[in-house]
This record gives sequence, structure tokens and C-alpha cells, in this order.
Amino acid sequence: MLMPPPDRAVIDRREEIIAAMRAIVPGEGVIVEEPELRAYESDGLTAYRNLPLIVVLPGTTAQVSRVLRYCHDHHVKVVPRGAGTSLSGGALPLADGILLGLGKFNRILEVDLPNRCVRTQPGVTNLAVTAAVLHAGFYYAPDPSSQIACTIGGNVAENAGGVHCLKYGLTTNNVLGLEMVLMNGDVVRVGGRHLDSEAYDLVGLMNGSEGLLGVITEVTVRILPKPETARAMLVGFPTLADAGDCVARIIGSGILPGGLEMMDRPAIHAAEDFVHAGYPLDVEALLICELDGPEAEVDHLIRRVEAIARDCNAATLRVSESDEERARFWAGRKAAFPAAGRLAPDYYCMDGTIPRRKLPEVLTRIAEMSKHYGLGVANVFHAGDGNLHPLILYDANQPGQLERAEEFGSDILRLCVEVGGVLTGEHGVGVEKRDLMEVQFNELDLNQQQRVKCAFDPESLLNPGKMFPKLHRCAEMGRMHIHRGQMPFPDIPRF
Amino acid sequence: MTSLKPGTAEQVRDAVRWALSEEAPLTVVAAGTKRALGRPVQARHTLDVSGLAGIDLYEPEELVVSAAPGTPLAEIEAALAGHNQQLAFEPPDLGPLLGAASAEPERAAVPPDTPPSAPGRGRGRKTKAGAAAAPPAPPGPTLGGIVACNLSGPRRIKAGAARDHLLGLEGVSGRGDAFKTGGRVFKNVTGYDLSKLMTGSYGTLAVFTRLTLKVLPRPELERTVLLLGLDDAAAVRALTAALQTPCEVAGAAHLPAAAAARSGVPEVAGAGAAVTAIRVEGFGPSVAYRCDRLMDLLRGAGELDELDSDASAAFWREVRDVHPFVAGDRTVWRLSVAPSDGPAVAAAAGGDGAEHILDWGGGLVWLALPPADDAGAGRVRAALAGRDGHATLIRAPEPVRAAVEVFQPQAAPLAALTARLKDSFDPRRILNPGRMYAGV
Repeated sequence: MLMPPPDRAVIDRREEIIAAMRAIVPGEGVIVEEPELRAYESDGLTAYRNLPLIVVLPGTTAQVSRVLRYCHDHHVKVVPRGAGTSLSGGALPLADGILLGLGKFNRILEVDLPNRCVRTQPGVTNLAVTAAVLHAGFYYAPDPSSQIACTIGGNVAENAGGVHCLKYGLTTNNVLGLEMVLMNGDVVRVGGRHLDSEAYDLVGLMNGSEGLLGVITEVTVRILPKPETARAMLVGFPTLADAGDCVARIIGSGILPGGLEMMDRPAIHAAEDFVHAGYPLDVEALLICELDGPEAEVDHLIRRVEAIARDCNAATLRVSESDEERARFWAGRKAAFPAAGRLAPDYYCMDGTIPRRKLPEVLTRIAEMSKHYGLGVANVFHAGDGNLHPLILYDANQPGQLERAEEFGSDILRLCVEVGGVLTGEHGVGVEKRDLMEVQFNELDLNQQQRVKCAFDPESLLNPGKMFPKLHRCAEMGRMHIHRGQMPFPDIPRF
Repeated sequence: MTSLKPGTAEQVRDAVRWALSEEAPLTVVAAGTKRALGRPVQARHTLDVSGLAGIDLYEPEELVVSAAPGTPLAEIEAALAGHNQQLAFEPPDLGPLLGAASAEPERAAVPPDTPPSAPGRGRGRKTKAGAAAAPPAPPGPTLGGIVACNLSGPRRIKAGAARDHLLGLEGVSGRGDAFKTGGRVFKNVTGYDLSKLMTGSYGTLAVFTRLTLKVLPRPELERTVLLLGLDDAAAVRALTAALQTPCEVAGAAHLPAAAAARSGVPEVAGAGAAVTAIRVEGFGPSVAYRCDRLMDLLRGAGELDELDSDASAAFWREVRDVHPFVAGDRTVWRLSVAPSDGPAVAAAAGGDGAEHILDWGGGLVWLALPPADDAGAGRVRAALAGRDGHATLIRAPEPVRAAVEVFQPQAAPLAALTARLKDSFDPRRILNPGRMYAGV
């Protein structure tokens, strides 16, 4: 993984930069000693590590603005970081850059039940937002599996997903407003407690922008009334094709389950060995289908899904009779990643999205790749929205295995794009998938994206080295070649 | 004035490149039902994309549809209805309100006090009586126009806006580059979400050549609970109470008495009072249960009534298309605010001769004002001062839209960023220049 070469001149000015930062962020908000910097050297993608120049932990929007203004004026790079749970290296530090931690922005500012929204600082965890409104019967819908640790600011930067996206949307569908600071220090507020932000949809653009466009300092999210009840079904199938067929027919019949998850045989066995959820072991695919809403609706739909499942050759079928049982059904799925960790010393989690009906074909080809690379793989699948997480099993202590796992992973993502899908469904591009962007996008597509980056950060100081395989200078991107044109398609009637 | 009517994406690109070389800005249109929306564009030529039409991919089980921008919305909705699916954000037809080409031209001629004769008909389908009297109906809105303006209907509160349903697009930037963004799958974080940026950009950044949207199941059943005789504040309290339940309310609107009297739905027009409406939709047993629960909740708030499926559908089409303000020549504003601010903002922005309706649980204020040279902008802008939200001038004569800000004025840093974003797509100001903001 090649990061932009560190700027020696900036590193030589380290003491000067430390002094400037201490003038802006007093107290212990500037970290410079190596042992403490170590805590920030990587995020959830631990294969990549790098010590930052220094860490700065501002506590107010005004401080963030002054820090960015300074860095803008003195040409210092900045990497923003929430809780550091990114699985794509989005918060990987730079040796010549300030790591800007938003951890002190840890307060919920306003719970507004009449307007069904919460205004919060970005360093508040995903789960804490739900905890703040649960007493009133509300919750915050997006639920990435790291929700106990990951922060709302990071959720916005990565457009985090979860297991309820089909029905309740991703982060971007649940964010109403933002305050952000641009690299030049400008503080911009967009959206708010109202629906649809004004003018260009910058709220939408910021979601999933991976910390390259601005530093988020406040977020307004919408909250939803908690469904009255939820029940889960656990359905085993003799083949993956049957399970895929069942998913298509559930959705085709007009039912939108709150959660719809699929696991393949290796994933089922790993999860069952790990948490003893009571999963059937003699099936090739397992579907967890959760239906939520009023009791009358849930009961009605359970009967319909049962009929569809039996029609699709379901081998086993159980319906949760209590919340404890429902939690048990989910326990295996939610522990699938750590469970895979018991199958091999290391695993590498991939994150492509595919059109749902391509699942049997994609899993067959992943199995072939698994043989080719000599590495095992277990698959868990957000079947409702097509987001596939193959877990590639390897041993980093065996020479060459990490490289083989990475190659295997790249092949899987190429396959996802080939069948009409995308490189990443919820983990982000970061450094991990940066060099694969050209598989999905051509040069014109990527140039247009980079021009948007230029509109926010013309010197490319904010989180450089992430998302884009090539760094172009904005001046070069802005050039236009205009050819003296002829009236186009002259044979077409005009009036 | 030349009108270019490309038939392919390549021809769109060639047209934009030609305009660039001529330094001649383009007005981008499809059916043209919303030409009177936004600031007037000073452009020598028109780029008419209505020739780029047709659905090229529809996979019901994948919940996805792709179509060219000039595809009539009616065509897409008919195709989806064939599989019991829909565009859940409930795109409106603002043609009648804007006095432009519309699927239902006879509506524009209806005087305020006369309910239209057949409120139940769908977009693009005309009653026999209407067909005999009127010339052939021009097409209604196109998919491209709906996405370009990010227009969503009453279900916005539950299902999201147009921007939440656009999965990806292909287009031609003002640099003459054909590019794509997003994809055809719902869960996608690969690169910047330029689809969001395009939705609601009023054609100022790129010309769409292909749009891919998420579709959702059509509810099996809908019903609407009515509360009669509430003032604005009491109505928003009732709507808020309903929206705070897990009843998955899919429409929450309030029509003061004068607006309600103009409805074509007999139960609403005949109420003789303000009408507050709450829509519930979904599977049969669930709809029945949730309606009962809402009626229990609201029993003390006012007199209750109920609309069956057909009447409910007709009523929400009227709300969606701002039917109460279609007739006449009053200035019409659209304000998006925090729902609890709706009544106060409506009162402050209104004044003598003003009228309003509330949708989105109070968060969407449609305001009709007597015609004025400044469109009442001073008062409307002042009503929003210090509050979250924005106001857009939807209907006013062209000279008025040229003279006052149509969209919400922006603070300096945001205005500068908006201009830089325009630069990044359209540095020579070729596409719909000035449609949203002067110089953009």
C-alpha cells in the first residue's frame, strides 16, 4: 500500500506545529509522545499502521476551525478520526499529518421528540443515540455491528449500514443536518430539523465522503418509534440456490423484512460452534428473517413467509416465540466475524454488494477461487440488500498467506463489479479498496469525483491517499479542452 | 434560439460540447412541466432530452428500475404497478400548479369554489368527459424532471425523498464529459455519492442520460383517519402524537377550512371545517389495527372520520399536487421547516389574504399569497429567521422570479462552496445558468 510520500519540510517543522496547536487547543489536547501516539497508529484495518506526526483533540467547533485554518495556511495534512473502527483504513494516519480526533465531541446536544430528531456531537457512539431516546419509545435505526464503539461522526463519514438497511435505510437516509468545518476553516451548516436540505444536497454528499471533504462537528439524525414487536424466523435450505430463491420471492411478494440475513455452511458451523445458537448443521444455507411491526402484521407476514419458504424447499423452519429466542437466533449471525476468527489465526473481511439474484453464481465462483488460492472462506450475506461479506481465512505467520488473501479479496470484489455490483457496500474505500476503484469507475468518473474534492479542498490536505488511486493536482483537473464544434447531429429535426 | 433534441447519450454529450465551443448556455428540459420553477434562465438554446425515453431495466425482485430521463413518470408508474410496486417517495405533478403542460389540464380552469368532477383518476389517465372536451393531454412530468428538482410527496415523512431512492445515474457534465456515479444496488459506499448532489440540482450540474432508482412494494391497502375542525396548532399536536406512535404514518397533513372546501373528495369538501388527515397503509390486518389505535389516541382531539382506499388515494393526490392552490394566480411558496414550527411560520409568513396548507406533519408549509411585485419575499424570509428550514418561491410571474431570490439565500461560506461545486461540474456556466442562484 503506497501512501503519498511524507513531506520532509512539514516533519522538520514539527515543533513549530506543536506550539501552534497548543495555542489553539490548550491542556492535554495535543499528543506528541510516541507511546501515546501508538494508540492512534491504525484503525479497524489493523494490517496497515502508521504513526501520525501528532494527535490533536479539539473540543469545540471554533478550535476545529482554527486548527484547519492553520493547517490550510501552513500546508499541513489532516486525518480526521472518530472511534477508529473503520474496516477500510479511512483513519490511517500520515507521518506528515495531524491526526484530528473528535473524541471530545461526546455530548448529545438536544433530544427533540416532537420533531423526532436528535442533535448530537459527532463523537457520541451510535448506540448512545438510541440509549438517549429509548425511554420515549424511539431508536436510531442504522445499526452497524460496531455500534457500541463507533461514533455518529464516523457513521456519517462512512455512510454506515447494518442489518436493517433494506427497510430503514443507511446512515444517509437518516441524517437530517450537519455542521462541518472545511479545510479553509469555514464553518458550514446544512440541513437541520427540517426535511431535505436547501440547494445542493451537501448532507447527502458528506455521507460516505470518508473524511475527505470536511470535518463534521455536529449531526442531526432522525429517530423512529420502536416497532411494537419483532419476531425472527430461522430457515435452513438444502442449497444456496433455494435460499436465494426464497429471498427473491419474499421481496417479490411485497414483504420488506426488518432484517434478512443469510449464512453459508462454513459460516453456520463456525457460528454454531462459537455461540451454540441452535443452528441446523445439515443445511447448506441458513436464512434469518426478522419481521417487525404491530403484532397483527408480524403474525400475518410470518405465515406468508412460512408458506414461501416451504415452497422453496426449506429443510428446517423455526419461528421465535420470545425476545430471548429471537436474540438467540441473531447471536450466531452477530458473532459470525469472531467465530470465523476461531477457524483460522486470521481472517480478512470483504464487503461487496451484488444484485441479489447473482448470489448462487457468485458463491460458486468464490468457492472456485477458494480452491485456487488454497484459503478457506465463510460467507455471511445481508440478503435483503445484496451486501456480501466473505471472510477469507488465512494465517499471517505463514509466508505469503496475507498477500494471497489480499489477492483473493481483490478477485472477489472484481467479481462483484462484473455481475453488476459494487466494491463496497458499507465499509468504505479508504486505503483498502483505493487501488480497485478503476475496476468500477473509468477515468472520467473518477476525475469528476476528484473535482468535487477540489471544490472542498483544493490543496488536497484533508485525508489524502484515501479513496482515489491517483492524486491529481486540482489545477490540472480544472483544465478544459474545447474543440471548435459543429452543430451536433444535424440530421435531427430541431425547432 | 435553437432547440436541440438528442436521441442518445452520445448526442447529449455532443450537444453540450457544441454549446461549450459556442459559449452558448443551454436550458435543459424534458416535458417542460416545471419550466416556470426556479429563476429564469438566460440561455440561447434549449436542450430537450424528451427524446431520451424508455425503461431499459426493471427487475421487480431486485427492487430496481433504470430509465432514460425523458421517460414519462406515468409510464414508469404503470410498469411498476404491474408488479404491485411503486416509487415510494410519491413524486408529485406540479404541472397544474405551475400552469404548464399537465396531465390534467382541465384542473387549471377550475375556479376555487368548484370541486373537480373526478378526483379519483390517476395521473396521465383522463376521464371520458375530459378527453372529449380537451385537446390530447400533453405528457406529465418525466423522471428526469422529478429527480432534478428532488420532488417528493406526502409519503416523504416515512419513505424518504427522491434523493433517497436514486441509486445511480449516468450523465454529461457541463464540461462535456459523460460520467457515471452510484450503481444499481442499494447498499453502496463506493466513492462520493454524487447521485445525492445531482438530485435537486435543477439541471445546473449535469444532464442526466440514465437514472437508476430503488422501487418498493405498493401497499395492499390504505386508509386515512380524519380529524375535523382543528386549528393549526391543535392539528400539528395531533399529527405529532400520531407520528410518535409506531403506527408508521405515511401521510400527515392539515387543510384549513377554505382549502379543504376546494377538495374533490366529498368527505373533505363537505366537512365544512378544517381537515387534519393521517394516512396508514400496508397489509390489511395491520392497517385495520393501526387505524383503530390512532382513532383511540385521537378521540379526544376532535371529531373523527375516515376515508376508504379510493377516497384516501384521491385526497393524497390532491395534497401531493397542491391542488388547493392550483386555481388562480396567487403567489405560491414552499417552506420546509421543523414540524413543530409549521403553524408559527405559516402565520408569520402569511398575512392578509394569505392561505396555507401543512403537510409532512407540519414540516412542509405551502403558502399562497396575493400577487405582489416582491412575491412577499421579505415577510417569508423573515418568518424563517433564526429557525431551521428554507423557503422556495414555487409560483410567480417570470419578472418576479428574476427580481427576488427563488431559493433560500445562503450564508457566505455556503454560497462560496455552492459556486465552487458548480465550477467542478460546469465551469463555463453552460447548463441552466442562474436557475438556482445568480452566477450558478
